[in-house]
Amino acid sequence: MISETQDAPMSTTAERRVVVSQTGAAPSKDWVIVTRGIQRSYDMGGEVVRALRGVDVAIRRNEYVAIMGPSGSGKSTLMNVIGCLDTPNAGEYWLNGQLVSTMKDDELARVRNKEIGFVFQTFNLLPRASALHNVELPLIYAGVSSDERRRRATEALERVQLGDRVHHKPNELSGGQRQRVAIARALVNRPSILLADEPTGNLDSATSAEIMKVFEALAAEGQTVIMVTHEPDIAQHARRVIVLRDGLIANDGPPDTIVPAYVQGH
Amino acid sequence: MPFHEAVRLALATIRTQKLKSFFTVLGVMIGVMFLVAVISVVEGMGRYMEEDFAGKLLGVNTFTVRRSPDINVGNVTEETWREYQRRPRIMPSDVAALRAALPPGTRTAISSETFAYAVTPWARTKQVQAVATDGDYFQIKKYDLQSGRVFSPQEAVLGTPVVVIGTDVAEHFFPNLNPLGREIRIAGIPYTVVGLLEKQGNVFGFSLDRLAIAPYQSPLNRVTNPRGNVDGLIVQGVTEPAMQEALESSREVMRSLRRLGPADPDNFALETSDSALAFFAGLKSKLTIFGAALPAIGLVVGALVIMNIMLVAVAERTREIGVRKSLGARRRDIMLQFLVEAATLSLFGAGLGIVLGLLIAWVTKTVSPLPASVAPWSIGFALVVGAGVGVTAGLYPASRAARLDPIAALRQE
Repeated sequence: MISETQDAPMSTTAERRVVVSQTGAAPSKDWVIVTRGIQRSYDMGGEVVRALRGVDVAIRRNEYVAIMGPSGSGKSTLMNVIGCLDTPNAGEYWLNGQLVSTMKDDELARVRNKEIGFVFQTFNLLPRASALHNVELPLIYAGVSSDERRRRATEALERVQLGDRVHHKPNELSGGQRQRVAIARALVNRPSILLADEPTGNLDSATSAEIMKVFEALAAEGQTVIMVTHEPDIAQHARRVIVLRDGLIANDGPPDTIVPAYVQGH
Repeated sequence: MPFHEAVRLALATIRTQKLKSFFTVLGVMIGVMFLVAVISVVEGMGRYMEEDFAGKLLGVNTFTVRRSPDINVGNVTEETWREYQRRPRIMPSDVAALRAALPPGTRTAISSETFAYAVTPWARTKQVQAVATDGDYFQIKKYDLQSGRVFSPQEAVLGTPVVVIGTDVAEHFFPNLNPLGREIRIAGIPYTVVGLLEKQGNVFGFSLDRLAIAPYQSPLNRVTNPRGNVDGLIVQGVTEPAMQEALESSREVMRSLRRLGPADPDNFALETSDSALAFFAGLKSKLTIFGAALPAIGLVVGALVIMNIMLVAVAERTREIGVRKSLGARRRDIMLQFLVEAATLSLFGAGLGIVLGLLIAWVTKTVSPLPASVAPWSIGFALVVGAGVGVTAGLYPASRAARLDPIAALRQE
């Protein structure tokens, strides 16, 4: 894992403005995510819904970012675009130096496999498969040999303190354990970004705290973490908070200023 | 995703849903079962025809010079029959000319046979298959004796009334008696039994053990051929090419004897086991086609069931597909997963069908006179069919799964 800077750095507003303005140019290696004016609209039965209306986001490697916003703000759409599950109608999206906004289905699948580790609200583990097999999945699609796969999956499970639960099925695990299996799965292929969508949405507060500790430790180790949440308490853990409203970025900055303002806005 | 991962996944899915999988593959199983059974029975009949029918009735590397073909199966028009009737008969003089022209080492035997009534003091009158012959008849037909002897050249030349009989004849006419040296009256004339044939079994229920074979010069030929002709001359080459050579020289001899012009057709028949088997070959291909057409209906139904179940599986596992896609599965990975699952299911059904088909073939063979022989290719064929059905049935569901939008798939409950 890349870890020259231990103290979870944060890019400055000025730096971001510069990298976002250079339309068409590949950003430097420091910038793991750069979106320039991305738009995404859906045709909902004749009515066009503009979920994203020109979003510029620049995220540097090793940043720990929370994306907030009320429902309908476009945060899920932004997450889908950042996670390469969806492509924007307009604008560019550079992920780890690759222009992904124009990629085709299978190329996106490869990018998801190599660059992104997903953590979902509902865990999304395969119910019939063991924890180990669930963690092995991204490696299967990466074409890793079975011995290597087993070794790396076991290692990843040990990292989230589940070394003794490798052969358990998801229904034999607690909610927190399931989410930790999901985190192990997200990290096993050493992705550029860990993308978590309401990772604590289905967990009680004690377990939530446990999971947030895992994220914090990962961020401290140098893992880029992006987390979508609507809970201010959770967003508070991040080093930087981006607030979306009506498909546009409404606020972007450190949590101690942004989060109280967001809470007041509601 | 590598192929073996897809197979492992498919096997795991089948293992967790044993009963459902079984019902899913029922159609394929039944289809393959009948396919294997039908092919085995038809194949068995084919082997039976070649080995028993042709081998026992006609002999190996053998042809018979006859007036008209003895075995007429299939459609013979009246016109053809009339033409057969107009042909000259084969006379002993023809036999002499043929024998003179054939290369040394070639076996020949006059064959003249008819059903004649026989009687002994110990049994009622009954028909026997009376054969008047000479030469190498016993060698050509591979008739071995269980006791006694065949008639000697002297007996053949002199026409001594001696007879070699089959086991059925012995059992009927000489119940609990040793037939050797005893007398049997055939068409009113007494013959001394000198030999007893080994049991030959039967061909299509037609017993080969009702024979009574006497020298050609004996009074029997007046029963078999009252007009003084012969039914035919059996010729056996040492090898297949030798037989073909003998066949062509016989044709030349016969044509010159009959003074046929170059444009005239043969007015005699050179009957080989091939010509007798040609009809059966046609019958066999028809049987195979019809026999395969019925199981094909089962396979189509089986394919539809598998397709249906796979569509259900895709719907049930939409979320799983979404998860897999989010983790980097490409369209072809998802496609492969479901295709392999369908093919594995279908192959599993085909496997069960093969086992049951073999069982049916075995039962058929055991309880009915129908022979059955398992052709190894039919098992391979059934497996290919099974996999093919699975892949065909899986194509549509698999492509639907592959084309799912990951976001929509993940959102599904």
